[in-house]
Amino acid sequence: MNISKEKLGEMYEKMLHTRKFEEKVAYFFSMGMVHGTTHLSVGEEASAVGACSALEDTDFITSTHRGHGHCIGKGVDLNKMMAELLGRATGYCKGKGGSMHIADLERGNLGANGVVGGGHAISVGAALTLKMKKQDNVVVCFFGDGAANEGSFHEALNLASIWKLPILFICENNMYGMSVPTSKSMNIINVADRAAGYGIKGVVIDGNDVIEVYNTVMEAKDYVKQNGPILIEAKTYRWLGHSKSDANVYRTKEEIASWKAKCPIKRLRKYLEDNHIFTAEELDAIEKKTTEDLEKAVEFAQNSPYPSLNTILEDVYA
Amino acid sequence: MREITYAQGIKEAMSEEMRKDENVFLMGEDVGLYGGAFGVSVGMFEEFGEERVRDTPISEAVIAGAAAGAAVTGMRPIAEIMFSDFTTISMDQLVNQAAKMRYMFGGKAKVPMVLRTAGGSGTGAAAQHSQSLEAWFCHVPGLKVVIPSTPYDAKGLLKAAIRDDNPVVFIEQKLLYRKKGMVPEEDYVIELGTADVKREGKDLTIITYGRMVPTCLKVAEDLSKEGIEIEVVDPRTLIPLDKETLIKSAKKTGRVLIVHEAVKTGGFGGEIAAMIADSEAFFYLDAPIKRLCGLDIPIPYCPELEKNAVPTEETIKDAVLSLVK
Ligand SMILES: Cc1ncc(C[n+]2csc(CCOP(=O)(O)OP(=O)(O)O)c2C)c(N)n1
Ligand SMILES: [Mg+2]
Repeated sequence: MNISKEKLGEMYEKMLHTRKFEEKVAYFFSMGMVHGTTHLSVGEEASAVGACSALEDTDFITSTHRGHGHCIGKGVDLNKMMAELLGRATGYCKGKGGSMHIADLERGNLGANGVVGGGHAISVGAALTLKMKKQDNVVVCFFGDGAANEGSFHEALNLASIWKLPILFICENNMYGMSVPTSKSMNIINVADRAAGYGIKGVVIDGNDVIEVYNTVMEAKDYVKQNGPILIEAKTYRWLGHSKSDANVYRTKEEIASWKAKCPIKRLRKYLEDNHIFTAEELDAIEKKTTEDLEKAVEFAQNSPYPSLNTILEDVYA
Repeated sequence: MREITYAQGIKEAMSEEMRKDENVFLMGEDVGLYGGAFGVSVGMFEEFGEERVRDTPISEAVIAGAAAGAAVTGMRPIAEIMFSDFTTISMDQLVNQAAKMRYMFGGKAKVPMVLRTAGGSGTGAAAQHSQSLEAWFCHVPGLKVVIPSTPYDAKGLLKAAIRDDNPVVFIEQKLLYRKKGMVPEEDYVIELGTADVKREGKDLTIITYGRMVPTCLKVAEDLSKEGIEIEVVDPRTLIPLDKETLIKSAKKTGRVLIVHEAVKTGGFGGEIAAMIADSEAFFYLDAPIKRLCGLDIPIPYCPELEKNAVPTEETIKDAVLSLVK
């Protein structure tokens, strides 16, 4: 599939935004400037950005605890996102959600989720809305390898398959659920093999190749509108610990290093340069802009007020 | 006696029981090499091996249900659910299976399992990682419910829970894991259903449990300087509940404040208040029984809001003063 220069530039920018956003987040946590926890997706930017870049604002996604990339991929106001992380009133959730709950309903982002597998069933409902309202859109349900072992995964795939709902179940398989390797949490190599159990199509792709992810999702969008759900497994790897604290006792330095060598952002950059789609200067300019965007977002967030105590009882009910 | 943390107390209870009884084992998410999300089981994998310290997939329904199944057939499992919020996924297995087997089967089955889980707010983890859901379990006959507030209680109560022939939901407090206290080296057990008077006083009784205990004790010390002597009673186990000790204290002081972090509506404080109002203590009361609980909201993320979603030293003080004035 021929991807426009504009789209490629957009994906490069979004991957950099994700990386730089999370570098800021890591810094804030290390300085004790935010409390709580966060899950960084450094090294996994291609699957999130590639998939979301293939979507319209009117398509839905359900995201995960490791959701910064999904959010940015779907198109986001970085200021509001950073403000939420810092618990400010100007954040996406008015400071009540934090890193694990950023949602942007106007752009079809049904939210990050603190519950592993929390999005499986929600995505079925969202797709049901599309079908019943005859909307020509799709739902992308992101989840991890670990989440594929929740009962809700199986219930959701089964229901989606019999009702032929337009869902792309995208497993971002980073080889671990917290400390547990997939070899110890499932008796198969590929999560995508589970598709057979529901009579749907399952595919395995290179989750560090943003172009492959984008093309797969572009094609699958039409497919799921005709045929019902698909299970796409994007193989990738998280460079950092599971959450802000993690001594990485369950994996080797060599393994981590080998995946750092497969950086999805560097890989896209090389592709864009080698194929003379962008010049090095153009790419540098994009990179510079993303750094500035993040500086601005931090400034906006830090200058925003915390929510007033008066709002504490608001928004429990509609 | 030596000083250890609440988390170490829990680990010691599990390890000692596992050394003594080969039927006892631990399973849960990341409890093995990783040592548990809160580091409670660090070192147990090395001591007992992967057969008895079992990492599970992320599957809370089968963790709870497999514990029930193993328990009814002769093992004594300890199942860990990382955050109490995720026990909601285990609920069918716990409520419809584990809790009911014995009664449904005419008293023929025993389900000696412990479901350990971490509850409470204050860590900035927001709405889905901060709940206090103990009242849910208390509403299910067949389950016992324990919430320890000190390292000593944690160890002694967990040993009792492991030796108990019933399903016990053992709710640990995230904010207490690193708190230290004196714990004996020799074997001891705290019988389930025995409350503990953490501080004696004559003017007012605070009934509280879990992480609110140290907070209430602090308030009691502060108000003591103003001449108000508060008795702090920790039921330690909600089911079975040591009604006698609670009633005795209510009769002694004539004023009762119930404090818990869980949301007020439908919270266990209502049960305690009703139990006291129903008892002979009613005739000794000089003021209405008051409850100070979490607000009826999900736990918010922003630190200032989060802190104020549950009772604080200030609000507890105010509540005490409103009762003794
Ligand atoms: C229902 C539930 N169980 C456990 C957890 C704790 N937890 C958070 S993330 C995680 C690992 C998830 O693994 P995976 O789905 O592979 O996603 P990854 O973290 O690798 O992106 C666990 C066990 C949770 N948040 N929700
Ligand atoms: Mg994973």
